[in-house]
Amino acid sequence: MSQLAQQLASGRFVVTAEIAPPKGTNLVSALAGARKLQGVTAVNVTDNQGANMRLSSLALAAQLQQSGTETILQLTCRDRNRMALQSDLLGAAAFGIENLLLLSGDHSKFGDHPDARPVFDLDSVQMLDMANGLMAGFDMAGKRLDGVPRFFPGAAVNPAAEPFELMFQKVTKKVASGARFFQTQSVFERGSLERFMAAMAPLRAPVIAGVLLIRSAKMARFLNANIPGVKVPQPLIERLECAGDPMAEGLAIARETVGWARELCQGVHLMTLGHEDHIPEILA
Amino acid sequence: MIISELKPLEELQQALSSCDKLFLVGCAACATACKAGGEEEVFKLQEWLATQDKEVTGSVVIDEACHIMRAARDLRHHRNAVQDADALVVLACGSGIQSISSNVEKRVVGGLNSMFLGNVRRFGYYEEMCSLCGECILNETAGICPVTTCPKGLLNGPCGGMTDGCCEVDAEIECAWRLIYERLQAQRRQGVFARRVPPKNWSRRRQPGRYRLTNGGR
Ligand code: SF4
Ligand code: SF4
Repeated sequence: MSQLAQQLASGRFVVTAEIAPPKGTNLVSALAGARKLQGVTAVNVTDNQGANMRLSSLALAAQLQQSGTETILQLTCRDRNRMALQSDLLGAAAFGIENLLLLSGDHSKFGDHPDARPVFDLDSVQMLDMANGLMAGFDMAGKRLDGVPRFFPGAAVNPAAEPFELMFQKVTKKVASGARFFQTQSVFERGSLERFMAAMAPLRAPVIAGVLLIRSAKMARFLNANIPGVKVPQPLIERLECAGDPMAEGLAIARETVGWARELCQGVHLMTLGHEDHIPEILA
Repeated sequence: MIISELKPLEELQQALSSCDKLFLVGCAACATACKAGGEEEVFKLQEWLATQDKEVTGSVVIDEACHIMRAARDLRHHRNAVQDADALVVLACGSGIQSISSNVEKRVVGGLNSMFLGNVRRFGYYEEMCSLCGECILNETAGICPVTTCPKGLLNGPCGGMTDGCCEVDAEIECAWRLIYERLQAQRRQGVFARRVPPKNWSRRRQPGRYRLTNGGR
């Protein structure tokens, strides 16, 4: 059982962070970045995040896992059909990777290969079903596996999405398809998080709230314009704009969000985008 | 209908560089309706070819260029003009172009790029609503196709990129899943939301598609 699974089961507040594989084969800074993350429960390894082509998330996660860092392997439906997804999951299991974050994935249009053919052979619900099938010893064709993987599959959610009921019906499906935990899109408003957590209560799936370190008003505007599902509210942008030290203000905002998560959720997922050294301050 | 558009003229120029005498073919069905390969466009092409010092030996607008036998018949009626030409230039969809190329030994130059099976929203404005997936889910989705109108073709509800009910890929268009949800609600039906939709059977869409009516259908 992964540490993440254990800690969530025991009701301990978990902290996750994330690392993006490099563009190229130089793993030095990714591995150094991971070492700075000591103290977090597990590290998400992103999969061609934002549809930008990088080294495979499985390769970096395998390296990290073998050097003693627990990972959460992110896998999207955008770049692989059902056969490739199954092979990669079996490969992940062979490297001792248990935690999964199974995603649809941002559309190829957003990244550096906009001419690529988006795959989306499965959606995230179907991928969860598939992962649970593998755990039960069968592939999607119903063929028996020689050696059965053990996973702790998770899913993503945007708790502030509207229409709420429409978003939530998919959350319900994901739980029914074996999502054992959720990591959320960046949270910016307490109100929407409260509403989401109230709806989650009967489903009993732990929620790890996404906290994004926004370093300036300019960055907030960039995120709003370019990152699907991220919507920094105007009042927060104004706070950053008026602040004498926007970075300190960004850290304060992140700290407040962690505070809400401590009250309402089962953990936080910190997205510090290269500023991992600030994590202790955000958690303080 | 099949939506198509004229290829960039520079590309056509290149494709025709070694041909002096050309026979032109249009299509009276889709290509006419979307103003890419009807009488008018064939005439315009002829005018442009004149500026390129090409000779046009003749032209025909075939009823439905995708009908292989009809295309053959129409070409036979213009046998001499076709014989005279170095190549045929076809203003029809890729299907129509291949009806022609399967009927003549001569070189065939396609003049159009074919884009999608489109609905006409209003004159000159076309939208793709069906991508011919071979396993239609519309009866469960209140008549709105997620396979096509969701850019990711998701089958179990919206992705995390839906923002205020609009699509992550194009903020100008409404998320297909929001539209499905609202219309099902208005009809007081659960529809597709009642079940987890299993992965799609893409073998229904294996290329190249072949279909044969038996005993006049089922
Ligand atoms: S589900 Fe969509 S793509 Fe498939 S046949 Fe129906 S309308 Fe066409
Ligand atoms: S926002 Fe809606 S329509 Fe757009 S890709 Fe996501 S699910 Fe599909």
